[in-house]
Amino acid sequence: MKKAFITRRKSLLVAASAALALSLSACGGGGGTTTPPVASASFEAGTTMAKLNQAKKITIGTKFDQPLFGQKGLDGKPVGFDVEIGKAIAAKLGIDADKIEWVETVSANREPFIEQGRVDIVIATYTINDARKEKVSFAGPYYEAGQALLVNKDDNSITKPEDVKGKKVCSVTGSTPAKTIVEKYGAELVPAANYTACLEPLRNKQVVAVTTDNVILAGYVDKEPDAFKLASDETFTKEPYGIGLKKDDTVFRNWINDQLEEFAKDGTYKKAWEATAGKVIKTAPELPKIDRY
Amino acid sequence: MDAIFESLPQYWDGFLRTLFLAVVSGVIALAAGTLLAAMRVSPVAALRGFSTFYVEVARNTPLTIIFFFSAIVLPRLGVKFEQFEVAAIIALSSYTAAFVAEAVRSGVNSVPVGQAEAARSIGMTFTQVLGLVVLPQAVRTVVPPLINIMIALVKNSSVAGAFFVLELFGYGLQLSNSHGDAVMWILIGVAFFYLLITVPLGLLAHFVEKKVAIAR
Amino acid sequence: MTSVLYDVPGPKARRVSLIGSIVGSIIIAGGVVGAIVILSSQGIFNASRWEVFVNESAKDVWTQLGYGVLATLQAAGVAALIAFPLGVALCLLRISLISWIRVPTQVVLEFLRGMPVVLMILFVLLVFATSPFVAVVSGLVLYNAAIFAEILRAGIQSLPRGQREAGLAIGLRSFQSRMSIEFPQAIRRMLPSLVAQLVVLLKDTSLGYIVAYEELLRKVKLISDLEPSLLFSAFFVGAAIYILINLSVSRLAIWIEKRGSKKAAGGMASAIKTVDLEVNVPGPEKK
Repeated sequence: MKKAFITRRKSLLVAASAALALSLSACGGGGGTTTPPVASASFEAGTTMAKLNQAKKITIGTKFDQPLFGQKGLDGKPVGFDVEIGKAIAAKLGIDADKIEWVETVSANREPFIEQGRVDIVIATYTINDARKEKVSFAGPYYEAGQALLVNKDDNSITKPEDVKGKKVCSVTGSTPAKTIVEKYGAELVPAANYTACLEPLRNKQVVAVTTDNVILAGYVDKEPDAFKLASDETFTKEPYGIGLKKDDTVFRNWINDQLEEFAKDGTYKKAWEATAGKVIKTAPELPKIDRY
Repeated sequence: MDAIFESLPQYWDGFLRTLFLAVVSGVIALAAGTLLAAMRVSPVAALRGFSTFYVEVARNTPLTIIFFFSAIVLPRLGVKFEQFEVAAIIALSSYTAAFVAEAVRSGVNSVPVGQAEAARSIGMTFTQVLGLVVLPQAVRTVVPPLINIMIALVKNSSVAGAFFVLELFGYGLQLSNSHGDAVMWILIGVAFFYLLITVPLGLLAHFVEKKVAIAR
Repeated sequence: MTSVLYDVPGPKARRVSLIGSIVGSIIIAGGVVGAIVILSSQGIFNASRWEVFVNESAKDVWTQLGYGVLATLQAAGVAALIAFPLGVALCLLRISLISWIRVPTQVVLEFLRGMPVVLMILFVLLVFATSPFVAVVSGLVLYNAAIFAEILRAGIQSLPRGQREAGLAIGLRSFQSRMSIEFPQAIRRMLPSLVAQLVVLLKDTSLGYIVAYEELLRKVKLISDLEPSLLFSAFFVGAAIYILINLSVSRLAIWIEKRGSKKAAGGMASAIKTVDLEVNVPGPEKK
């Protein structure tokens, strides 16, 4: 019985983090890899696509600590929905998945890395907004998340963001959700280094809620359904995730947008979702309407 | 540039919290550190052992990890605080106390042996030798390094931003998120407010140092 | 066995001190045991939280941590190698006899010393468009060079005036006297402080998180992010590794301090060292 428990724990531990789950299915060979075959493509000379296609490699910036979207597994390889989208785009450029160089981007270095050409594209739960459009261009959105609240399982007093006015809410220092919950809903911010650290004061009832994008919170509910729940299934912001690239590289942006639409049609998008975030979040997303500005 | 002026209220709030953390932790660390240094040179072996062990461990652990223990492990032990500042103060002062202890100890080392010998020869006890003769003389040489430790403390308080306390650096990160086009200016603003505390402290150190030099 | 600070304890004092020591140790041990009991009642020592360090994925975990240690040592090593000569140079400028060199240097040093390292790292990345590694190293170099300069200055000023005067008297130039007479002595005198600062530098590499430099602490965080239950185990292991690395560096400092203090004359240092020897090296004292 004890043994069985540990095994179950272990399988939970493994299955729960998308990172481990993927490496597991890759080992077992049953899950089916989502890396699409490399297309032999040709591009008009002088475009970014042609350049990348010739170089046969691409550098993609992603998060290494965002469960379900971009998280570095123990084997050192990042996995998640963002990563799958990156692989699919690389494949369309005629680049093998193992020729992609993954670079960790955090909030502070995303724009500089794109501007300096240190990365070719950034796929890193990167919310499209006007201030950022001043510095970089965005393809997509390829996914629309929304901010939500994570509360203790036995807490029914909070169902909407207005309920946290004047109360302590934990979020990551300097993140957009942290800013929203303070500026729009008047919560008292308790900043933390990462969301896993936020779970501790929530457990101890030192804060009433943890807030960030619903997809991330859903991952924690899935891991500890007896401890936490989402305050509501509704989200109170819209966070369209875009693919960041060099400002005014319109040809490249349009090309990526075309690819995204094609992924939606040929099922690549759905497969990428199911292999990663779809393991935890049951409602599969549709590709949002591409913003061709 | 405008971004700085627009954000002055946030800067000010963060500045005050940083100052608060630094002052409270500084006072506690000074007291605890002096006590640790006294233990380190005391006749009781257990006190010496404890002090040595504590100073060695605290000085060699990154502050982030000490914060982790005070803000996340302590609540698990049943020590819960309403205000997260308490956890930050515990972490900052227990870390800084180790450095204070080392500075005071080297200050004690700098006092000529004859001073203590003379004190003992007129029949003073350990506490008297230390409290009335050695420490008052050590203070002079110890003040400049102590001020440097306090400068480090001010800057170290920025780690609290990752452990549930919104201080100057935390505000800085938050502001640079909302002013994506003026990150440079926002950070210059943050730097300015840190320098507002640290530069006067540095000047004070130089001033004291000159005084001490003359007194010799 | 004696110290200049107190008389040799008599039988009564020894008994009191022994009883005090035993009681104190019992209280501390009790506190530790209590903490362990509480933590284990919350399942923090459950095998499931720790098996990731020994089961089939352990190789990956330790590999990741190993890379983290390497990145930490690399950044710290490169930064120290650049910061030290730079610190010597800054110190020379700082004690220059020419005021238009000395005063601006003092302003720069004051500025570098007062800036949080984490801000400098971020500045370098944003302004000079560098890689994370270069940003971390530059931030550490700027700050620590300033500190090294201050430590060396204190060392030089603690030297007897006669050293420099003698140097000048035998016809050395000011710069020659600094380099061949004063600095060697100042460096030896301040070695403990310099090595202690080295430990601070090593720990400060963890500020690289701001630009996503993957040093040890960042690796620890990334591992703990994989699964909330790994939070405690990852941090405990991380703390152990750090203490191990830094203690080796600090041991070096103590060793050097002891070697140096044999030569250094006077001061309470030699007296206090007797106490230290008792604590650190149980065994016959060599004279």
